[in-house]
Amino acid sequence: MTAIAAATVASTVAACGGSDDSGGGTSSGGGGGENEASDIGVTEDTITLGAHYPLTGVAAPGYSEIPTGVQAYFDCLNQEGGVYGRDIEFIFRDDAYNPTQTSQVTNELVLEDEIFAMMSGLGTPTHSAVVDFLNDEGVPDLFVSSGSLLWGEDPEQYPMSFGWQTDYESEGKIIGEYIAENFPDAQVGLFLQDDDFGEDGEAGIRQYIDDQIVAAERYTPGNTNVGPQIAALQAAGADFVVGFNVPSYTALSQLTALQLGYDPQWFYSNVGSDPTLVGGLLNRFSEGQVSDAALLDGALTTGYLPTVDMTDNPWITEFQRIWDECGGEGDLTNYRVYGMAQAYTMTQALQAAGQNPTREGLVEAVETAGGEWEGPVFAPFRYSEDSHMGTGGMTIERIVGNGSEEVQPVRITDIGDAPIEEYDGEAATPPANAIPDEESVVD
Amino acid sequence: MDYFVNVTLTGLTQGMIYSAFALALVLIWRSTRIVNFAQGSMAAATTFIALALIQAGQSYWVALIVALLSGFLLGAIVERVIIRPVEGGPELNAVIVTLGLFVAIQAAIAIIFGSSFQSFPTPFGVRGFEVGDTTIPLTPTSLYIIGSVLLTMALLVALFRFTRIGLAMRASAFSQEVARLLGVKVGSMLTLGWGLAAVVGSLAGLLIAGGTFVWPAYMDALIVFGFVAAIIGGLDSPVGAIVGGLILGLALSYVSGYAPRGSALVNISALVILIVVLLVRPGGLFSSTTARRA
Amino acid sequence: MSDLQSPASTGTAGKASDDAPVKATAGGDAPSAPATTGRSFLPQSTLLRHLLVLVVCAVLAVAILELTSPFQNSQLATLTYYAIAAGGLTVLTGMNGQISLGHGALMAAGAYTTALLLDAEEPLPLPVILLAAIVVATAIGALVGVAAARLHGPYLAGATLALAVGLPGLAIYFHDIFGGEQGMRVRAPQAPEWFDGFISAVSGNNASSTKWLAYVGAICLLITYFFLANLVRSRIGRTWRAVRDQEVAAELAGINLGAWRVLAFVVSAAAAGLAGGVLAIVVRLAAPSGFTIVLSLALLTAIVIGGLGSLTGALLGSALLVFLPPFVTNLGGDFGLSQTEAAQLAPFVYGVVLIVVMIFVPAGFVGTIRLRWMTRKAKRAMAQAGADGASSRG
Repeated sequence: MTAIAAATVASTVAACGGSDDSGGGTSSGGGGGENEASDIGVTEDTITLGAHYPLTGVAAPGYSEIPTGVQAYFDCLNQEGGVYGRDIEFIFRDDAYNPTQTSQVTNELVLEDEIFAMMSGLGTPTHSAVVDFLNDEGVPDLFVSSGSLLWGEDPEQYPMSFGWQTDYESEGKIIGEYIAENFPDAQVGLFLQDDDFGEDGEAGIRQYIDDQIVAAERYTPGNTNVGPQIAALQAAGADFVVGFNVPSYTALSQLTALQLGYDPQWFYSNVGSDPTLVGGLLNRFSEGQVSDAALLDGALTTGYLPTVDMTDNPWITEFQRIWDECGGEGDLTNYRVYGMAQAYTMTQALQAAGQNPTREGLVEAVETAGGEWEGPVFAPFRYSEDSHMGTGGMTIERIVGNGSEEVQPVRITDIGDAPIEEYDGEAATPPANAIPDEESVVD
Repeated sequence: MDYFVNVTLTGLTQGMIYSAFALALVLIWRSTRIVNFAQGSMAAATTFIALALIQAGQSYWVALIVALLSGFLLGAIVERVIIRPVEGGPELNAVIVTLGLFVAIQAAIAIIFGSSFQSFPTPFGVRGFEVGDTTIPLTPTSLYIIGSVLLTMALLVALFRFTRIGLAMRASAFSQEVARLLGVKVGSMLTLGWGLAAVVGSLAGLLIAGGTFVWPAYMDALIVFGFVAAIIGGLDSPVGAIVGGLILGLALSYVSGYAPRGSALVNISALVILIVVLLVRPGGLFSSTTARRA
Repeated sequence: MSDLQSPASTGTAGKASDDAPVKATAGGDAPSAPATTGRSFLPQSTLLRHLLVLVVCAVLAVAILELTSPFQNSQLATLTYYAIAAGGLTVLTGMNGQISLGHGALMAAGAYTTALLLDAEEPLPLPVILLAAIVVATAIGALVGVAAARLHGPYLAGATLALAVGLPGLAIYFHDIFGGEQGMRVRAPQAPEWFDGFISAVSGNNASSTKWLAYVGAICLLITYFFLANLVRSRIGRTWRAVRDQEVAAELAGINLGAWRVLAFVVSAAAAGLAGGVLAIVVRLAAPSGFTIVLSLALLTAIVIGGLGSLTGALLGSALLVFLPPFVTNLGGDFGLSQTEAAQLAPFVYGVVLIVVMIFVPAGFVGTIRLRWMTRKAKRAMAQAGADGASSRG
């Protein structure tokens, strides 16, 4: 680790002169000046960021790949000169998805590692444990990896925290509207994780198709027998099932439905759908036993980011290149794409915070400019002084084989009774080397 | 009515899985009077070995046999190297050693095989049988699970009841001194007991994995329910392990299926069932010796 | 890198309350250790002696908290709630011989009580809230204790294990009250004004909220250990050991085994409740995922590794829980492992340490040291008596 870091420092120093103006923009307050150690975690040639993820334990599968994506992106970014000539150092620590440990590692990140900002901390219960601490300490808490409303709904309560992905309620609304328009006669059953994820999603869906819903079944994570829940959906006569569940429960629900001979139209929310992961899993273990190729085939889902199966999407092409050049072992997965996309947004934020960023400046930059940023995420972020919510738009996609095809273009909305609108913006194309070039918006 | 059948059958299959796990716990308890908390990780380790073989193109059955053999080897080595020094010492020390083993093996699996989800195949179908015009949630795979567990139990009962080796193993567990006097090689019997238990544990791991997916911690939920099932049955009795597993599987399935938001009540129900059973029979349902105090 | 100091601070942290527990438990664990009242400058009365030690430990605690970094302060805060719970478990398992794999659930009871009470518009004073946490956990502990008193060995282990996974499940079921899976966020209580003055008078450090929480934890820890140490040396403690070691004799002597077992459970539940309360304010959250079986098992490993039956042992074992994982992770990083690999290494090393300690130091850290010390003393005594066979110890 240290050897690599040393090498990249050397290379950035060399690349420094060239990259200064590329990230610089025109009218930044410190434009043309020298790099200073402007705040905690910022030195003349580094910026330190931190995060917590489940790297061990029950939640590690999948989620533990996200930081490798973030790391790969920053490594490649550093080779190209980083941000204002500064290398991004990304420290991520294991919390095993246990809030007690999240609190410990966050203390370590903030007090010992002295990070400039937290980015991409993963999980609702885990991040709940540290959101007060981060805000009390004035540490920017950017792009929390969770679709809970907590991080963005009320900037007055948590001025330093920002969401990133589409919140579960907005997702539920877009799904509900789609069903109301396209399946008005469907008898809808809900398969929900018994926490805020399922609750927010249900609230969103019910805004549009409350009268179509014939059953809502909840499962508790860790309880692997979902037979009773799926059987209850079947018994209620649901011919259209919407799942707000994690990927492992997508596979479990599919298997149980197979056992029960239950064949509704499935719609999995974004979190649970990863077609490459779940589809691949289901394909392989039913090898030779299930004649119709992929079980998930035909299931609907939502999207807010390009996925690895979209091999001709320019962002995926770039991320694949970054993974090949700067990544570690294994293939590019959707979790890694997620991490890279977050790292991209983070880079935009750091550039917008100017040559000598401060913590307040970073938050101000996201609030002022974040709503305009373009990137791999399909729809714009909702960042402003009044909202710290992440992106509010989603496509509806149909899973075909190990990939997906779009059945409804991006629509955007917000929490509460905000209307749903078609998004008329163009899909952004990646800049050179997939490195953004935002101007400083902070004096 | 259909719903009742569905809930019952899914509960039964789940219960068989608890039974398989409980059976292995009972076996180790009978041979060394130790509750092996590492059993879940040990089973996971052999399952990952099997998975590696299958991914390398071997057939399921080859992988199964290799996994069971490596399970035996692992169990025997663990007993000889790690358990032997703490046998006969304070009871808690053995508990801590198996806990340490549990944590260390699970971590080792993550380091060696990675911590992502991987699918584990099953040699049989995963679609429910059709009866008339309805499908019941009983699949060729669940029949395979039920059959294997019952066969294993029968073999174990036969081993303990009808063979000299089984008798020697029982004697060693009952009283090491007496067994030694009778010419039983107690040490070998203990090793054999752990080896056999690990085979059963590995089988349980493979059966649980079949037709679903595995990750290093996939046996975690079963440690608790398997242990509870074994305790309900009485820890000493292979038949008790099966019955305990079935009771638990069925009861939890009914709770999950009939109580409002039942899935959230499953864990607390396991506690209630266990407490009720133990208040009536402090040694479990099939305890033979009422006054045995560990 | 600076984490390499952690073991050093572990040592000092352990030393902080060294005297009290050692004194208390030297007699505590050995059933019939003669009261060694040889030449000693300490007062004769147990209570007075413990009070003296308490004052010394309080001074040491302040010194340690002021000499360590803010991050180490936060680690010490974590240490305090582990140590409080482990101290209670020491009474139950070490003194009275009952195993519990479910103390995490009792901590959850304390944590949720604290979270609920702090959630009020105008919360009660912190000591009252923590007292309430103790009361609730004690009530649950009494209930569990009544059931547990009938059970032995693995049956007790199984029942308490089911408790560990069952009780936190209630928080998910009653999610309107307890916040469900994502838990209840706890607004950490603000430090009172005098605290600022106190810290600046003592060390001139910045009186941060992290520091305040560490002090709250340390105060609770000292009070708990003071109370437990006295209890262990009292008639109650002797009776517990009798129930543990000489079941039949104790029963013949007219001791109601069941009642004494329940009492042990109640006392240790009270400690767990307090630990849960401290956890809630230090972690700032009470959520089911914080009270998995991992927590209960960790407490058990702490008391056995440290040395069963000794409060110092419980403290040392808790320190291992807090300081070992980050130490291994950082060491792994220094040796060139990726951050993910280093994180995976931590539980592996932890598991191996458990096994190795149990095989080579079966009496735990404190137990082994004490054994050595007693052996040497016995040898010296024998040599003095002029006995030849000094090596013939039973």
